[in-house]
Amino acid sequence: MSAFKRDKKEEEDGGGLPFQNIEKSAVLQEARIFNEASVNPRKSTAVLTKLLYMLNQGERLSPKEATDVFFAMTKLFQSRDLVLRRLVYMGIKELSTMAEDVIIVTSSLTKDMTGKEDMYRAGAIRALCSITEAGMLPSIERYMKQAIVDRSPAVSSAALISAMHMTWFAAEGVKRWVNEAQEAVLSDNIMVQYHALGLLYRIRRADRLAVSKLVARLTRLSLKSPYAVCMLIRIAAQLIEEEGADSGSPHFQYIEACFRHKSEMVVYEAARAVVNLERTTSRELAQAVSVLQLFCGAPKATLRFAAVRTLNQVAIAHPAAVTACNLDLENLITDSNRSIATLAITTLLKTGAESSVDRLMKQIATFVSEISDEFKVVVVQAIRALALKFPRKHSSLMNFLSAMLRDEGGLEYKASIADTIITIIEDNPEAKETGLAHLCEFIEDCEHTSLAVRILNLLGKEGPRTKQPSRYIRFIYNRVLLECPSIRAAAVSAMAQFGASCPDLLPNIQVLLARCQMDSDDEVRDRATYYSHILARQDTSLYNRYILDTLQVSIAGLERALREYLDGEGARPFDMLAVPVAPPPQAAELDAKPRAALAKPPPTREDNFAERLSALPELQALGPLFSSSEPVELTESETEYVVRCVKHSYARHLVLQFDCLNTLNDQLLEDVRVQVEPGEGYSVAAVLPCPSLPYNESGSAYVVLQFPEDLPSSVATFGALLKFVVKDCDPATGLPDVEEGYNDEYMLEDLEVTLGDQIRKLGKANWGAAWEEAEGLFSEMEDTYALTSMTSLEEAVTNIVKFLGLLPAERSDKVPKGKTTHTLLLAGVFRGGVDVLVRAKLALADGVTMQLTVRSQDEGVAELITSAVG
Amino acid sequence: MGVLFSYFKSLIGAREMRILILGLDGAGKTTILYRLQVGEVVTTIPTIGFNVEQVTYKNLKFQVWDLGGQTSIRPYWRCYYSNTDAIIYVVDSADKERMGISKDELFHMLREEELQDAILVVLANKQDIPGCMSLKEVHQALGLEALKNRTFQIFKTSATKGEGLDMAMEWLANALKNRK
Repeated sequence: MSAFKRDKKEEEDGGGLPFQNIEKSAVLQEARIFNEASVNPRKSTAVLTKLLYMLNQGERLSPKEATDVFFAMTKLFQSRDLVLRRLVYMGIKELSTMAEDVIIVTSSLTKDMTGKEDMYRAGAIRALCSITEAGMLPSIERYMKQAIVDRSPAVSSAALISAMHMTWFAAEGVKRWVNEAQEAVLSDNIMVQYHALGLLYRIRRADRLAVSKLVARLTRLSLKSPYAVCMLIRIAAQLIEEEGADSGSPHFQYIEACFRHKSEMVVYEAARAVVNLERTTSRELAQAVSVLQLFCGAPKATLRFAAVRTLNQVAIAHPAAVTACNLDLENLITDSNRSIATLAITTLLKTGAESSVDRLMKQIATFVSEISDEFKVVVVQAIRALALKFPRKHSSLMNFLSAMLRDEGGLEYKASIADTIITIIEDNPEAKETGLAHLCEFIEDCEHTSLAVRILNLLGKEGPRTKQPSRYIRFIYNRVLLECPSIRAAAVSAMAQFGASCPDLLPNIQVLLARCQMDSDDEVRDRATYYSHILARQDTSLYNRYILDTLQVSIAGLERALREYLDGEGARPFDMLAVPVAPPPQAAELDAKPRAALAKPPPTREDNFAERLSALPELQALGPLFSSSEPVELTESETEYVVRCVKHSYARHLVLQFDCLNTLNDQLLEDVRVQVEPGEGYSVAAVLPCPSLPYNESGSAYVVLQFPEDLPSSVATFGALLKFVVKDCDPATGLPDVEEGYNDEYMLEDLEVTLGDQIRKLGKANWGAAWEEAEGLFSEMEDTYALTSMTSLEEAVTNIVKFLGLLPAERSDKVPKGKTTHTLLLAGVFRGGVDVLVRAKLALADGVTMQLTVRSQDEGVAELITSAVG
Repeated sequence: MGVLFSYFKSLIGAREMRILILGLDGAGKTTILYRLQVGEVVTTIPTIGFNVEQVTYKNLKFQVWDLGGQTSIRPYWRCYYSNTDAIIYVVDSADKERMGISKDELFHMLREEELQDAILVVLANKQDIPGCMSLKEVHQALGLEALKNRTFQIFKTSATKGEGLDMAMEWLANALKNRK
């Protein structure tokens, strides 16, 4: 009796939150009862549940712990308790990635999956597939094929899904089950049909023709399962995009036919596919939008949500079509479901007129605190779009944003607000002062370090150019007093920018910097000392170079260069120009996702090339790599040999890297080299062939040229000829049939060396100062051109920037709308380290007229640029 | 109290005997297991891992573990040694070449601490194959005379024909009863 009582008591204790505060070591200890001679199913079930719960909470086991508990668990196979056995399957799946020697349960699982007990079979299949490696696949193949076509839907689905998972590591093996999957796709069960289609698609995914055939076949079959139909619609839509097909294509007709399907899910999926297609005509679009419009009034919240969400996503791309739904969206503003209301309002904001903005903003404000961060971000993005569309509304939008900034919220949400404010500031000079004021207020109480650092950086850049720079100093210096070291360091840098740009503030800044030199953090002290010394020199060119212009090298490249320098003799001073330049941040980022300030920049192309090239002994004497061009295709695509060229500039040499790909499976190419006919003044210094090029592999051959002394002839066009020795070989083995090959050659397209290849972009934060400083010191050339082929200023700006390969400064690459004149400011470095500044005054008349002024340290370079443009 | 006592007694009586079937790959372990369980010959494939079944013989319940005999699986045998009452070691009498390996595995296993009290039954299986080794030859080849302090017996069997298994199980059942 007493034993019975105790059991009873345990059960009562188990109420509430049974798994609170469980500990890994305790659970592993308890798991030893699996090893007992006769299994106690009830206790084992409880312990196994605990273990599974723990693993799902993210607890990690060491390989030894996992293996021990796994082997203990295998002993539970002696019990025939249904619940316990199914928990064991789950345990196997969870532990299969952590434990070793998990194949030990293969036989037991194979038996269960083929056995009579239906409750075991599906679970056993899933567990078996989780422990099977690619090499073991043949041993279970027969059973899997049978399971896929099993009469039990649960078994069939389990086998299909497991097969899909296995395509990740054993795609070739799973391909052999395609016949069974095709049989399963005809199943009456909606899930089996759906899963079978999923597997068929996964198997054929890489082969567009096969996918196309699959879709064509299945669209004729009229599938029963709405899930399968939805999937088919997605596949068909993807095919339409890939093939660039129009509304006449059979895939499109199928999607259109789905508008009349009896399942709402399918109708929605079809509408969604059509509005998201890149090239839809207005007629098709209207049809799809009217479906969504109908759903906006549906009684089911999920349908309303789906419809309004889709409309929201395409509101920018197809404003006219979405506007047709405005009335329905207005009704949804007051929907009891906040997510639907938010999406409805933001959709209206995207498409609406200026007059309705205030009303809608007021509506949002009533419930913005009640929605999740994710939807708040949607609201913020809508506001960003609005601000760009209606610059005059900036004050009300900005107020709204600052109110949102003050609310609670995660980093992503806060960052998206800050981003939006920054975008508005950059885009709309009128909003700058208010925007900065809001941001200043925000960093007073900002818990996200990365965001505070970014805002301080922005204040340093923008603050000095406002009417009253001094008011920002207090905000910045407060950070030095109150925040963590990384924010303090950013604040010091920001203050130094004020000191450099506003002479009347300099004495005060110097006092503040002097205080910062007593900071407890090394980085803060270092920065303060550094800036204070430079500012003490009272020399504007020093300011420009070392305070206002940021370092424009790739960090990884700088690290490598410094390491090499330290390993070397160190006789010469470190040359900053030897470090590859980081690509300047792209302006296009504005439209893209919120600028991920947290992401680490990937290594630049120059970094990669520099590493590759420095590995070639012949190229080491050339000095540091100056710049590398984008690859240029020298062959048509789909030809026998594919050759691309990357042009690398050094101070006095040009290295042409030819990346060759052999697409003939019956040929082995050897001694692959490119013969160039260089232009006048160039001389070939070396040719480095690629020793061997088997089928489907790429290799690189190099040609080293010396630049002509005479600068104007450095812009030239070369003929190029690919030469190689061919050895015929067996396509199957790739081994050559014969010892001796024969010589062959292949004509390549001409190669151009442009001005841009010899120039590296350089950002100037204070272009005007640099320009004035250059006056008198640099040689200047000026010329006027008529660019008749250009029809707009934007087009002209884009082309000039691309042609000269210089970096636009002070956002002068953005042409304000409606203007007929524009000044483009550019900066860069010519190979050999010659600074170049270019000012292009553009005027729009018939075509574009351009007055180009070039200032450069070297007269020849200035002359080259002016002559190259003409 | 009386009620409680008989409750415990019935528990002890119901305890299943735990038996391991071991041996090299292809010796016939899985066939023997299912012959014992369902009394029929089933088609088997090489066991990757183990099979575990409940076998009832003369009102005695056995929990029989058949562990795979491939070289790669043998290291895992030891994971299943604890609480073992008896070992059925199966030898392919026709596989003269690997008799030595079989002997090594057997003695390696018997050295394990956890198996010191386990009863051993050796089955010289596949006696139906012409030219196979006799019971005596197998006994000698395995060096069973060296076994001290161990209850053991060797039987000749043919699992596919169902010969000899009954005798072996009879002996094992008695040996297990007497041990108590």
